Amino acid sequence: MLALAAIPALLVVVIIAFVARASAPALADIGLLRLFSDPGWHPTADAFNLWPMLAGSLAVMALALALALPLGLGCAVCLRFFAPPPASRTLRLLLALAAGVPSVVYGLWGLSELVPLIARWRQPGASLLAGAVVLALMVLPTIALTAEAALAAVPATVLRGAAALGLSRWGTVVGVALPAARRGIMAGTVLAAARALGETMGLLMVCGNVVQVPGSVFDPVRTLAANIVLEMAYATGAHRGALAVSGLVLLALVLALLLLVEQAPRRAHG
Amino acid sequence: MIARLLVAVLAVAALGAGESTRLTVTGSSTVAPLVTEIAKRFEARHPGVRIDVQTGGSSRGLADAESGVADIGMVSRALKPDEPVLAHTIARDGVCLIVHRSNPVVALSDQQVVAIYTGQVAGWKEVGGPDLPIVVVNKAEGRSTLEVFCGHFKLKNADIKAAVVIGDNEQGVKTVAGNPAAIGYVSIGTAESDAAVGVAIRLLPMGGIAPSVGNVRSGTFPLSRPLNLVTKGVPTGLAARFIAFATSDEVFDLVRDLNLVPIR
Repeated sequence: MLALAAIPALLVVVIIAFVARASAPALADIGLLRLFSDPGWHPTADAFNLWPMLAGSLAVMALALALALPLGLGCAVCLRFFAPPPASRTLRLLLALAAGVPSVVYGLWGLSELVPLIARWRQPGASLLAGAVVLALMVLPTIALTAEAALAAVPATVLRGAAALGLSRWGTVVGVALPAARRGIMAGTVLAAARALGETMGLLMVCGNVVQVPGSVFDPVRTLAANIVLEMAYATGAHRGALAVSGLVLLALVLALLLLVEQAPRRAHG
Repeated sequence: MIARLLVAVLAVAALGAGESTRLTVTGSSTVAPLVTEIAKRFEARHPGVRIDVQTGGSSRGLADAESGVADIGMVSRALKPDEPVLAHTIARDGVCLIVHRSNPVVALSDQQVVAIYTGQVAGWKEVGGPDLPIVVVNKAEGRSTLEVFCGHFKLKNADIKAAVVIGDNEQGVKTVAGNPAAIGYVSIGTAESDAAVGVAIRLLPMGGIAPSVGNVRSGTFPLSRPLNLVTKGVPTGLAARFIAFATSDEVFDLVRDLNLVPIR
């Protein structure tokens, strides 16, 4: 059993080791400082500033979560406490299906429908906003399903106790169920955030991929993951190494997210 | 099955008769994907033969072929008269500018294209078009279409002020088709076949020459270049057979799959 549990853990270690080894020459040649202080990202002209892409990744993730979290929570609460059981079952099935839709499909929809729509409003259309909306749709099922599971794990006695005390349906949901399910909801959100950081194809198609720190939600951005895919096939030498460093930075971001949740104060149920 | 075995035995016998079974091909990273595919098919038909394809740029291809480090070099441009190697063109690469189908601009001069891509001209009105800002679509660093484009217009990628940066040709076509204000450049093969099936793009002529696969093949279209295999002198043995295969119509489907133009 222990060995089985160790396999995924070992895989992660191997992946980190691989990315670290691929980044090592670039880190030695270019240095960590230059990756955040160079005049821009022009790898063929020896300028390797990763900061605009890091900002892009974080901005797209934050905006996507801001859109998906309220929707996902609302969906979970509705499924758990308000929808009649047959409707709830069907909806859950649809959500699970949505979670399995390949990201390229969302990206294609974004590129052919959403981007032209935004472009009619503000050019060029391919933007931080387009990326965040597409990403929000992608992570919405994850957030809704994990939140729903967390709500389902709240002991029935607690809910009945709240009802016995005369709390309304909404009062029970907001005052008792959601706080009790907080850790589960947070875990789901972190999973969604990690997926958001790593998401590549869907975002590559709608974000515009211009290397810049976005000044508004209508500005195009390039994420770290998109940068790797766009340039890896053609990169050699220091350029390739700098792309590996982007991968390492992505891994570090996800790790930081996970640690953040681990450190969050535990609150006893009930 | 028996026929196949016989072919294999004959091949091995032929190779045993003093011919090398390894071929090293080095050079341009634009030509390499095509040569890799051709090499796979060649190896499948000639069991026992190994073809090693390595990238490192056209100049490495030239140097390696000249010095004999590689049997064949790969060079993604026309050779200069003083370069002492023999070129065998295996495909042509053509790039054209595309705009949205609704855009009334029918042609742009080289100066206008440069001004648009460097951000000096920011509105379609300034080049005889509608009252819209110009949305410049550029390729990601390292793509060969970017190389052809920048080479022709004498631009550096760092000077281009892009609103959207794309990866592959299909993404470029979809981006321009979805935006009446966009201008982009993609491989001609992709643009031509997409426009033919009704995608909302229009291909712009260059210097009065219509953008078509035919004009890329004949070499008259300005934004095009040959993809060459180069050898030091007339090739012999395995190298000669590989080059004959790579220039035959048996590989044209591979050429088209990579959005390149076959030589015939």
